[in-house]
Amino acid sequence: MMRLRTIMGVAAFGLFAALPAIAQEHIGPTEQQPTNWIAIGMFATFVLLTLWITKWASGRTKSAADFYTAGGGITGFQNGLAIAGDYMSAASFLGISAQVMTSGYDGLIYSIGFLVGWPVVTFLMAERLRNLGKFTFADVAAFRFAQTPVRVFAASGTLVVVAFYLIAQMVGAGQLIKLLFGLEYWMAVIIVGALMMVYVLFGGMAATTWVQIIKAGMLLAGATFIAVMVMMQYGFSPEAMFAAAVKVKTDLATAAGATPEAAAAQGKAIMGPGTFIKDPISAISFGMALMFGTAGLPHILMRFFTVPNAKEARKSVMWATGWIGYFYLLTFIIGFGAITFVLTNPNFLDAKGGLLGGNNMAAVHLANAVGGNVFLGFISAVAFATILAVVAGLTLSGASAVSHDLYATVIKKGKADSASELRVSRITTIGLGIVAVLLGIVFEKQNIAFMVSLAFAVAASANFPVLFMSVLWKDCTTRGAVIGGTLGLISSVGLTVVSPSVWEATLGNPVGSALFPYTSPALFSMTLAFVGIWFFSITDRGERARIDRSLFLAQQVRSETGIGASQASGH
Amino acid sequence: MASPETDRAAVDAETIAANPTYQLLKSKRSGFGWILAIIMLVVYYGYVSLIAFEKELLSIPIGSGVITWGIPVGFGVIVFTILITMVYVVRANKEFDDLTEKVKQEVLK
Repeated sequence: MMRLRTIMGVAAFGLFAALPAIAQEHIGPTEQQPTNWIAIGMFATFVLLTLWITKWASGRTKSAADFYTAGGGITGFQNGLAIAGDYMSAASFLGISAQVMTSGYDGLIYSIGFLVGWPVVTFLMAERLRNLGKFTFADVAAFRFAQTPVRVFAASGTLVVVAFYLIAQMVGAGQLIKLLFGLEYWMAVIIVGALMMVYVLFGGMAATTWVQIIKAGMLLAGATFIAVMVMMQYGFSPEAMFAAAVKVKTDLATAAGATPEAAAAQGKAIMGPGTFIKDPISAISFGMALMFGTAGLPHILMRFFTVPNAKEARKSVMWATGWIGYFYLLTFIIGFGAITFVLTNPNFLDAKGGLLGGNNMAAVHLANAVGGNVFLGFISAVAFATILAVVAGLTLSGASAVSHDLYATVIKKGKADSASELRVSRITTIGLGIVAVLLGIVFEKQNIAFMVSLAFAVAASANFPVLFMSVLWKDCTTRGAVIGGTLGLISSVGLTVVSPSVWEATLGNPVGSALFPYTSPALFSMTLAFVGIWFFSITDRGERARIDRSLFLAQQVRSETGIGASQASGH
Repeated sequence: MASPETDRAAVDAETIAANPTYQLLKSKRSGFGWILAIIMLVVYYGYVSLIAFEKELLSIPIGSGVITWGIPVGFGVIVFTILITMVYVVRANKEFDDLTEKVKQEVLK
């Protein structure tokens, strides 16, 4: 412990010493807000509470099993809240409510995509994962296969997904905190990085889970309060609320110089599908990325190993689905509330009629409008806490991939003792924390909107097909899984790079020059992965393939009954 | 990985796999799981296709107000997703877990 603290201290000092020089270039006429002391006070309270939990959890984090899975002692209800917390990131709270505010109904279509993967996870994956796995999803994928190639593949898949997701969260953290708290971008990124390292290093999965549960509770309570306050203004009549929003949009269009007919059409447009779904192929491809990506996100899959058995694993997803669905219904109301309360209030608008701090501030300004300055502070603190908790979960899953899959299984051939495995995961946590902070700073000015959908596309195209086929298809072999999964990984990243959102919007190439015209690669990269797995398995006649197939029955029996599955804590 | 441990697991597996209660559990659960999964896929991709091909349908107002058919349909997809998950979990936690217990008692005596 002492040595870890020293390492952390040195690392933090090094960053502080090096950063002002880098940060200098970015300090300019940005939208940094005046320092918000109420928000900072509320956030400080949250941090103290979570640090106290971390102290408690550190006393219980003695073995690698405690670190990765909190000793398997989380209940289904708690885990459901934690999964919901992982999923309800700041991006979905602020991003979806902003999208509803700008384009109305399209925001609902977008959020539904994130929800519909959960039943599929429940019906086909959740209990099988719990019965087969121990610490990481690679335990499941590599159950009957040659360990080294499958673990290396799964660790790569995990780290790629974690990296893109982390960049999105860190950049979001910096931007948000600059707006909400009036802190410098780089300071915000370092605070998130440092706190997250403390939770994960000392508290492992127990602390990460409880931070996530508290944050999920705060976020759900805060969002419920906003939605109820909005509905109360309209006597709890949805018709009255929607009618008011349509009127605001119509008036705004009229003010912008539209003819009465065009203005009326623009007002009504928020009540139905707009331009979000352009062509059927993009729609289906994007839907597949969201639906099956959910079943391949390593930090979510890892949560299935924190519960004692398959029954609790099922309950976890049931609660998670319920909370996430409820949350999306709230964000829809919040988005419409933002139309009527924020877009009409000059206090929240800049000279050009845009939102102060950008559209992502919709829910935050609305919190101010319906709950005053103290509630604004609360919601700001919740948004910060949200990023912190999600980042901690991501880092933990990245660290497990390195220490459990690469170090303990590939390098030490399964002979690493719990203490050295734990040490490697802690060192990796520090490494990932530093990398996350640096990436957060490097990507400050980049358009990172595509990164979360890229993470979903990679999870759907690399992790999910391998997991799915290894568990359900007898003839799947090591060779098929590794080649097919790698094809999915490379093609999903490659196609995203040459798609409009990166090639044109981020790399600055002219509009129309993108080689791949669709929003999401999943339809093509997932197909490639499944066909790859099928073809390279079916043609595999090697000795390893014979072993892979002969072990299927044992795997199937365990996945169906849980007989022989890893117990809660005794390994 | 043909260690003594995996060999033993393979032998145990064959005994369990031959157990009629196990076979009943396996076919019931996987049948139910796949049917519900397919229903969910149909509902979601049906909704997405409706938007992709017949966008105007969802923009038609219900009655004289501003609320369109899109609102109940969209909210309906969310509520349906939550309900179908509950349907599976409630049945699995009772019926499938009871069957699993029975398998364990029969093969692990």
